[in-house]
Order: sequence, then C-alpha cells, then structure tokens
Amino acid sequence: MSGPAPARPPLLEVHDLTVNFSGSDGVARAVDGVDLTVEEGETVGLVGESGCGKSVTALAILRLVEPPGHIAHGSSVRLGGRDLLALGAKEIRAVRGNHVALVFQEPLSALNPVLRIGNQIAEAIRAHEAVTRGTARWRAVEMLTAVGIPDAKRRASAYAHQLSGGMRQRVLLAMALACRPQLLLADEPTTALDVTIQAEILELLDGLQRKLGMAVLLITHNLGIVAERTRRVYVMYAGQIVEEAATEQLFAAPAHPYTEGLLAAIPRLDERRDRLQAIPGQVPPATAWPEGCRFHPRCPHAWAKCGTEMPPLLEVTPGHRARCWLVKEPERRKK
Amino acid sequence: MLRFAARRLAFAVVSVAAVVFITFLLVHAAPGEPMLGTPERALASPETMARQRTLFGLDRPLPEQFLRYARNLARGELGESFVLHRPVAAVLAEAVPNTLLLGGTALVASLLLGLAIGVVQAARHHSRTDTLLSAATLVLYSVPVFWLGLVLLLVFGERLHWLPVSGMTSAGLEDRLSSLGRAVDVARHLVLPAASLALVQAAAFARFQRSALVESLDAEYIRAARAKGLTERAVLLKHALRGALAPTLTLAGLSVPYFLAGSVLVESIFGWPGLGRVAYDAIFARDYNVITATALVSGVLVAAGNLLADVAVAIADPRVRLDQ
Amino acid sequence: MSPWRLAARRFARNRPALTGAVLVAALVLAALLAPLLTADPLAQPDPVRLQNQPPSAAHLLGTDPYSRDILSRTLHGARVSLVVGIGAALLAVTLGAGVGLTAGLAGRRTDQLLMRGVDVALSLPRIVLLLAVFAVWEEAPAAAVVLLIAVTGWFQTSRIVRASVLSLREADFVAAARALGTTGAGIVRRHLLPHIAAPVIVSASLDVGNIILLEAGLSYLGLGVRPPTPTWGNMIMDGKDVLFSAPWVALAPGLALVLTVVAFNLAGDGLRDALDPRAAA
Repeated sequence: MSGPAPARPPLLEVHDLTVNFSGSDGVARAVDGVDLTVEEGETVGLVGESGCGKSVTALAILRLVEPPGHIAHGSSVRLGGRDLLALGAKEIRAVRGNHVALVFQEPLSALNPVLRIGNQIAEAIRAHEAVTRGTARWRAVEMLTAVGIPDAKRRASAYAHQLSGGMRQRVLLAMALACRPQLLLADEPTTALDVTIQAEILELLDGLQRKLGMAVLLITHNLGIVAERTRRVYVMYAGQIVEEAATEQLFAAPAHPYTEGLLAAIPRLDERRDRLQAIPGQVPPATAWPEGCRFHPRCPHAWAKCGTEMPPLLEVTPGHRARCWLVKEPERRKK
Repeated sequence: MLRFAARRLAFAVVSVAAVVFITFLLVHAAPGEPMLGTPERALASPETMARQRTLFGLDRPLPEQFLRYARNLARGELGESFVLHRPVAAVLAEAVPNTLLLGGTALVASLLLGLAIGVVQAARHHSRTDTLLSAATLVLYSVPVFWLGLVLLLVFGERLHWLPVSGMTSAGLEDRLSSLGRAVDVARHLVLPAASLALVQAAAFARFQRSALVESLDAEYIRAARAKGLTERAVLLKHALRGALAPTLTLAGLSVPYFLAGSVLVESIFGWPGLGRVAYDAIFARDYNVITATALVSGVLVAAGNLLADVAVAIADPRVRLDQ
Repeated sequence: MSPWRLAARRFARNRPALTGAVLVAALVLAALLAPLLTADPLAQPDPVRLQNQPPSAAHLLGTDPYSRDILSRTLHGARVSLVVGIGAALLAVTLGAGVGLTAGLAGRRTDQLLMRGVDVALSLPRIVLLLAVFAVWEEAPAAAVVLLIAVTGWFQTSRIVRASVLSLREADFVAAARALGTTGAGIVRRHLLPHIAAPVIVSASLDVGNIILLEAGLSYLGLGVRPPTPTWGNMIMDGKDVLFSAPWVALAPGLALVLTVVAFNLAGDGLRDALDPRAAA
C-alpha cells in the first residue's frame, strides 16, 4: 500500500470530527476537530493516554456515541467516499460489524454473559447476511476455529464466564471478523490481558489481517505495540491529534514534547510498566481543557505564547505534522 | 443439584414449621375464647363451652396441645373446624385451588404487564413517554389494593355493567352452561379481582424492570451488540432483557406473600371463595385449627415461590449455579 | 464538600423528590393541625337525616353513614397513618441496623445464627401473622401497631447493613483505625455508622409508604386501631357498604392514602438517587 497517493478515496477519511458531551458541569468536548485517514489494508496507530478521546473517536466513526454525547455539526466520517454521518439508521447498521467492526478493550464485559458465544457470533452474521440459523452457526464455529479456539464446536455453546481472558479476546475477534470487514477498529485489544497472551493475540490479529486484507486502526496507550506493526501513527492528547507521522519517523524524531514523553515511557522488554512516568501531571478533564496549547501545563518547554495561543498542526517534514510552536521556533527548545 | 434441592427443601421445611409454630402460639396463647364472634358462641351456655373446650383438648397445657397438633400434622391431619364442623382439609381443598387461580392469574398478568411497561420505558428512557409511564407506575404502586378493588368494582361492575361484581360463577347459570361457557363465566368473574391484584404489582415489576434494563443498557456488551449492526429491537429484547430478567424473576417469586395478603383483602370485596376469605373468616371466628392450617398453606406457598424464583433465575442466568 | 452536603444538593435539584418532601411536610402539618382546622371527627350531628350526604358547603367532602364529617375524619386519619408509617419504619430500621451490625461484627457463629434466622423470618407470610395477632388483640393502640409492624419488618434492612459492614470491615480506613488503636465502639461510631447510614436511610424512607399501605389494609379489615378512631382504612371499610349509593365516603380516604404514599415514595426515590448516585437511572 505504499507509493504515490491513490486515485481512489482513502478507505476511511475522518475530517474535523468533534464530539461533545453535555452534562450538568457544562459541555465537554471529548474529541475536538480530529482528522485522520486509513488506507485500504493499512495498519494505523492511534495513541494516547486514557481520557484523551481515542475510544470516543472509534465509537464516533460508527456513530455509537450515546447521549449525553453527540457528534457535532460539521464533522465528517467517510468510508470509501461515503459519508457515514449522513446515513439513515438502517444504512449505518448495515455498515456496523459488516464493513467496519469494533473490538473492545474488556472482553469479559463486551460479551453478553447470558448468551452463548456461538450465538453472539452467529447473530452478527445474520444481521448482515440472509443465511439460515444453521449456516450462521456453522460459520460461527468456523470463525472460532480461525481465531485458534480448540474444539470450537463445543466451545460455541459456552458462556463468556467459562472461558479464559485470552479465549474471550479471541471470541471477540471472531465476532468482529465474522463478516470480513474492510476496517477493524481495535480499541486497546490486549490491555486487559497478560503479557504473553497479549503477544499471542497481536500475532493472531496480524495473521488474520493479512489473510482478510483488511485495514486496522490500532488504538492503544502503548507506543511499544504500535512500533512493530503500523505504518503511520497519530498521537492524541486532550481531544486533539497532536502529532502524526510515519511510524519510523515518529520514533526517530518525535516533534511534539508529549510524544517524546510517551516514547520515554515505553516499557522495555525486561520490565512491565503501564504508567507513563516520564510525563509529570495528568490529562486534564474534558470539561476543562487548558487555554492555548492543551499540553502546556505539563510541557517542559512551554513559554508564554503556549499558554494563550493554540498551535495548529504544523508541518515538520512532508507527512509529519505536530501541534507545537516548537516546530516554528525550535530555538525555544530547552535541553 | 441434589445437594441444592436437599438444602432448599430443608430450609422450606424449617420455615414452614416456624410459621406453624408461631401461629399456633399466637392463637392459643392469646386471651379470649375460641369461636368468638360466631352466633353459636353467643347462644352457648358456659357448660356447653366448657364441654367444647374439653372435647377439643383446649383445657390442656399449651406444650401438650402443640405436641398433639404436631403429631397429627405429621400424620397429615389438620383437625376439624370448630365453626364449620368440617375437616379443615376439606375446607382448604375447596378454597386453595380458587386462590391459586386468582393469584396465579394475577401474578402472570402483572409480570407480563410489568415487563412490557419496563421494556417500553427503557427503550425510550428519559423521553416523555418514559416520564409519563414512570409517573403512572409510581401512582399505581402507591394505591391500596383493596381500594383499587372497590374503585374497579364501582366503575366496571356497578356503573358500566361490563363485568360481574361478586362470586366466582353466575348463580343459577351453572347447570345451563356448557363447560366452555362455564370457563368463560369464571373468567369474567376473575377479571376484576385479578386486575385489582395485578395492576399494583405490575407497577412494582415495571419500576424494577425499568431500572434493571436501563442499568444493563449501560453495559459494554450492549455497545458491542450495536457495533455488530443489530437492530435496537434485538439489542433491547435479546441482549438487555435477558440480563435484566433474573432480578425481576426473583422479585416475582418473592411476591407470593403480596398476593396472599392481597387475596385476603380482595377476595372479601369480590366474594371470591378462596383461601383469603377462609383465613379472614377463621380469624374473626377464632377458628384455631383453620387459622393454623391457613398459615401452614401460606408458608408452603411462600416457600414454593422462593424455590421457583431460584430455578427461574438459574435458567435465565447461566452464571448462577444452583449447587453453590 | 462533604458527601452529605452533596447529597442534599442533588436532592434539592430533583424536582419530583422535592415535591414529595413538600407534600410530606404539608401532610404532617395538616395532621398536626387537624383539630384546629376541622370539626370533631367523632361527632354524629344527625345520624338519620345527615348520613351519606354528598359534598356540600357545610361538609366539603360529604358525610359518612354515621353523619360524621369526612373532611375532618380524613385529616384526623392522617395521624394514624403517619405515626404508624414513620414510627414503624424508624423502629424497623433501628432493629435491622442493630442486628445487621451485630451479625457483621460478631464472630462467624453468631453471624450464621442470626442470618439463618433472618432467612427463615423473611420467608414467613407477614400478613398472616399480623392478622392473627391483631385478631387476638381486641383493642390495639397505635403504639402496638407500630411495634408489631416494626418487629415483622426489619429483616431486609439487617441484611443490607450486614453486607455493608462486611465490605467495610476489610476497608483500608477501618484497618487503619484499628491499627491506630481505636476501640471497637469508636470504629463503629466514627467509621461504620456514617457509611451504613445512607443505605439505611434509603431503605427506611422507601418503607414508609409500604407500611402505610399495610396499616390501611389491616384497619380496612377492622384490625389494629379500631373504630371509632378514624383511620383511612376503617373509613374505606365504612364506605364499602355504601359504595354504590355514596361513593365519596370511600373515595376521600382512598385518595388521601394514594397521595400520602406517592409523596413518601417520591421523597424516598429522591433520597435514594441523592445518596447513591450510581443507583440513579
């Protein structure tokens, strides 16, 4: 999928996506003017701490944001050129799980505890294809085999609580991939799992992606996961994209101080750390984004301008952009 | 499974025994005479009463009386009604089926109605429909069941003449009707008392079901179901309702005492010849054996309700295992 | 802000809850002032000619089969309902909290014994027992009604309290207090009571309405507080016999009951939502 820009529209093109949550404490802009594209068959990373708006972005792509949240006017989400935000209820349902599927973070809570897993996969198939109950069931078993569940026929009648964490995540993958989607939105697909099982699931995901030729938007807080399997990465902070670059570029020469902080916090092979200890402070709540650059209260380089003027996404090199005044005034960088 | 059954059964036996013991104690230890408030009692001479007391063993010490009662009970004998001069078992055999018909109809109707209202509310929660239905169920939940019975009686029985107001069958018609006609006749008599009992409890079920459903609609698996492209209908009825059914079924099983209490009040309003009427009459006539036996039957019905609730929940929710 | 202040704020912002609270206050006031506002509820001005009169200027809600003023009787009837409802709910909650605390803090064997007892008690048909007691007890004063309803109504609360205590017992702040040498009683008073207060208040307030309905049912059967003292239940009983010819006799006390129970349930729902925001739907 490399080379010059394709003549066809990109598979997924999100433009100026904004999601507001209105609550008693005012309006929270959880996602604020996000632009991102995913090409066919490509794996793209979307990285940020929890609370930065990355999960809401994924939900908004499928219009699954629930009240009090709503997608603001002027946002656009195009799938193969078609505007998903303009579709009717029936049409968007035909996209969900069929062209675009979602894998959730917490497999135990994403599976209905009182329905058999085979049934939950089969109903995804029957929602989009006119097949009989029996065929759907048979295909559900097939999917379970494809995601590496032994004795799939018997396991299809199990309930979620009877499976291990890794097995459940495999079931979720089977459920998401049952209709062979063109795009998979994988929201922290391995966070809830042990490290060894994490690696297994990611390997499985890679294999299935190659086999099905689908694109993946890999959403995670862990840059380490992104490094090995994406071509491009978006970094999100406080509802905004703060940096986008080819993966190699991002790791070699990060332009945003936040990205630098994330990179410094990548767990090394010999230890496991979930917290991003390199960055002082916390993500501010969505009801109270700071004035100016939203990262400036935590930024080691911030100067007066950062507290008053929000930087736009500035081009560092072609294809590499960062939302930071340092791009224009590199001499301000402190050592 | 066997261990579960054994434990539940033992528990049921203990609680029924406790009911019988407490009632027996209350009734016999109380000051006052048996058959108080009956015409017989008013006419009887002191000597007759004394003879009666000896005849029924009421002059013996209380522990002895209880032991005798328990021995008889173990043999399946419930004794004789002082007032009706019939075996208590025969009195109950007539009344209990009628109460089961009334209470069972009301339970099923209230459960279905309550579920339906709860589902409609949850499907559109925080809409105007939801608010209105919430207000309606709150009011209905606050209505005394016997007063609702009187209002229904007044409106549908007396003013509109839609339905019969009293009894279980139309007097004089029994022989002239076919069996289907008789069933329809009983059903028409059943409507008002059953509605009185059912409407209030339906409001309770609806309130409960709505909040359980709204809570389960927040679950991640609901979002996952939507992400699969399921219709809202499937999301609600297949995914949300299944998860939210178990607590309501538990409540249904635990509502047996409510229906028993309601039957005491409602049966007397509509002249329904059931257990509630028997209990009511027996209490005022101090018909000791009948009172104790009514308590026994109530205890058994309550225990059965609890058991049914456990089984229903185990069916509705695979995470619940009965042997734990 | 303290959690209690926060809860009060949430309650004050909840319009239905506030309506319920205002209604309850109005009812209590009306019951207190009943003798000043209306005539003697027992007076029978003319049992023959003034019986079952429809509402008029002289008798705003009409008269009953004994020519007594229904408005006066309805206001006076509120006294029994409110005293029994609130009194029994408070007493039941106190009993339940006491047993629950004991079970939660005492050793395993006491706990098992108490909770098994509660299990059995919960499966008893309360109404049958109450019917039997009151039928035996010819002239039960309101205090006896309060006592008996409370004694048969604390089981659920004791379970709730015990569960809270068990979960709190292992909580860090209780362990810390224990490590600092706070005595058992001190821990209960300073640390446990504030935490179990919320569920207990909610359970009590939601219980008031049910108890009022229970009392009304008993006095409708002629049990408990007996005529001629007006209770809404025995007023409805009086109205039952003239239901078709003078429906207002049963209507007024019934509507008063519905209004009162709605008021308590609104306030109770509001308290629950305010004290346990997670349970609010």
